Amino acid sequence: MSVPTASVPARRREGRVRRPVLYALASLGLLVMATPFLWMALSAFKTRQDLTASPPVWIPSQWTLRNFGELLQQLDMPRYFMNSLVVAVLVTACNLLFCSMLGYALAKLDFAGRSKVFGVVLAALMVPGNLLILPLYVLMSRLGLIDTYAGLVLPFAAGAFGVFLMRQFMKSVPDELLEAARIDGAGEWYIFWRIVLPLVKPALATLTIFTFLGSWNNFVWPLVATNDPGKYTLPVALATFANDPNRTVAGGNGMLMAGSLLVVLPVLVVFVVLQRHFTQGIATAGLK
Amino acid sequence: MSLVTGRPGGEAVPKPRRAGGARPPAARAPRGGRRNLQGWLFSTPFLALFGVFMLFPIVATLWMSFTDFGVRDVRRPLGAQFVGVDNYVKLFGDETFRTALFNTAYFVVAGVPLTVVLGLLVALLLNNGIDRARTFFRVGFYAPVVTSIVAVAIVWRFVLDPSDGLVAGLAAELGAKAPDFLGSPAWAMPSLILMAVWRNLGTVMVLFIAGLQAIPTQVREAARLDGAGAWQELRRVTVPLLRPTLLYATVITTIGYLNVFEEPFVMTQGGPSNATLTVSLDMYREGFNFFHMGYASAMAYVLFVVIMGVTVLQLRLLKDNTR
Repeated sequence: MSVPTASVPARRREGRVRRPVLYALASLGLLVMATPFLWMALSAFKTRQDLTASPPVWIPSQWTLRNFGELLQQLDMPRYFMNSLVVAVLVTACNLLFCSMLGYALAKLDFAGRSKVFGVVLAALMVPGNLLILPLYVLMSRLGLIDTYAGLVLPFAAGAFGVFLMRQFMKSVPDELLEAARIDGAGEWYIFWRIVLPLVKPALATLTIFTFLGSWNNFVWPLVATNDPGKYTLPVALATFANDPNRTVAGGNGMLMAGSLLVVLPVLVVFVVLQRHFTQGIATAGLK
Repeated sequence: MSLVTGRPGGEAVPKPRRAGGARPPAARAPRGGRRNLQGWLFSTPFLALFGVFMLFPIVATLWMSFTDFGVRDVRRPLGAQFVGVDNYVKLFGDETFRTALFNTAYFVVAGVPLTVVLGLLVALLLNNGIDRARTFFRVGFYAPVVTSIVAVAIVWRFVLDPSDGLVAGLAAELGAKAPDFLGSPAWAMPSLILMAVWRNLGTVMVLFIAGLQAIPTQVREAARLDGAGAWQELRRVTVPLLRPTLLYATVITTIGYLNVFEEPFVMTQGGPSNATLTVSLDMYREGFNFFHMGYASAMAYVLFVVIMGVTVLQLRLLKDNTR
């Protein structure tokens, strides 16, 4: 990854005049981006009076946890949290294994039909999920997998994006290393598992983050593949609750903000801690 | 079979580089054969999952689109009646579907340029305009991308709420009256577009920052030395060099926006009076609320063909013509 462009004297000179303006502009933009999050986080702790106050109250005049209490009473949040977590962990584990396997074959094994398999991966990148859900639903109900973790995990167990990412990274592992191991009598699985995978740990980290997040935030398929509320994932439970006409309107917004905060906050924390991997992952997948 | 024994004649010389070229083909065959086997073994898990959960559904959707697949056929899929192109014919006479097509086009035509241009501007601002706290700003602009669309759609619904919402409250404080954003047919779609731009700006920004950093500094310096102003440098040097990134960002944003579903599902349920009904939402309703699955499959295929067509068109229009 290249370092930000080196400073140019000419730019530095004019920067003296313009820089404050540019910083103000960037800060203003950032404020606009952050406003919905701030509003959500603060509203989650507001009393009913503050939630309906006009003009709007930013800082709660009295902090309260009542919205969270009411939310937990109406929605089994720990259960939805567990469902989302189990599905995301399984999807991520499958992708790490299967995508690296194919990535390795595409990058390092010169087999007949390799370019065709890579063509399949590229084609799979383009297929929109909406095209698949109708027969997938029929298939899953025939297999008895509606309302099961398997039904939620299997369609996402090997994503084309992951294969693409792993292939790009594994290409940079020197061939001499693998050739040496082969001469020493190592089998392909040993080479893959013990030599190549440890060398592409950064790529595995990137893939973990993207797959986990994709699964955590996934909505359409879990919505279709679950009928039993006990099997809902967090987004499905939250959306169903938000669109429920019987939901008590008074104080409902406070509960919804509390729920949204519980869904969004863990992800934002993980993102801030690991932010370097995100930007690198996107740049790699997009440009190579 | 182990690797070593399977390589006849290979052991004598440490690195058989095939220098002579006189090796008989028969001696190489087992090696190539095993390589093929191993390559396919490593590909098997992905290909199996791809076959069952992607290839099969793609074909099955096409087949279903030519049948009257309904709720009873979920139990006996092969019992669905073949109806030819009836579903497609019906689709183009369907007022609701035409509205959904129009709304989706509205969302894409307004949303994609806004997202891409704003993403480019923010990338330029963060990459060239400022030099401190870049990471801080980048994290801030990218944050909405990683959050659940459902959660942020619920938040935006509250922000835009006509009675208790933030925007309405701020407008009231200024003595103005904000429109009922999600409740008015004129404002609902622009509101959804605004939210989509807010959420997807970060992806485009990150792509453009990576693209900008790949431009050699010397190129820009040369432009400066030749007397190019900031605007000229941007128009004549930076943007042309960003063309591949621009293409990629436009294509992925367009594909994402053509599939738009969560935003209208959570924020407006397609309303008011179908003003935000998109093709994906219409398909979901026909397929899973009314169980007109054959009809919904035809919708899915029309959308797929539109997506392919638009992608090919963009690749043609935006690809580098200078070469």
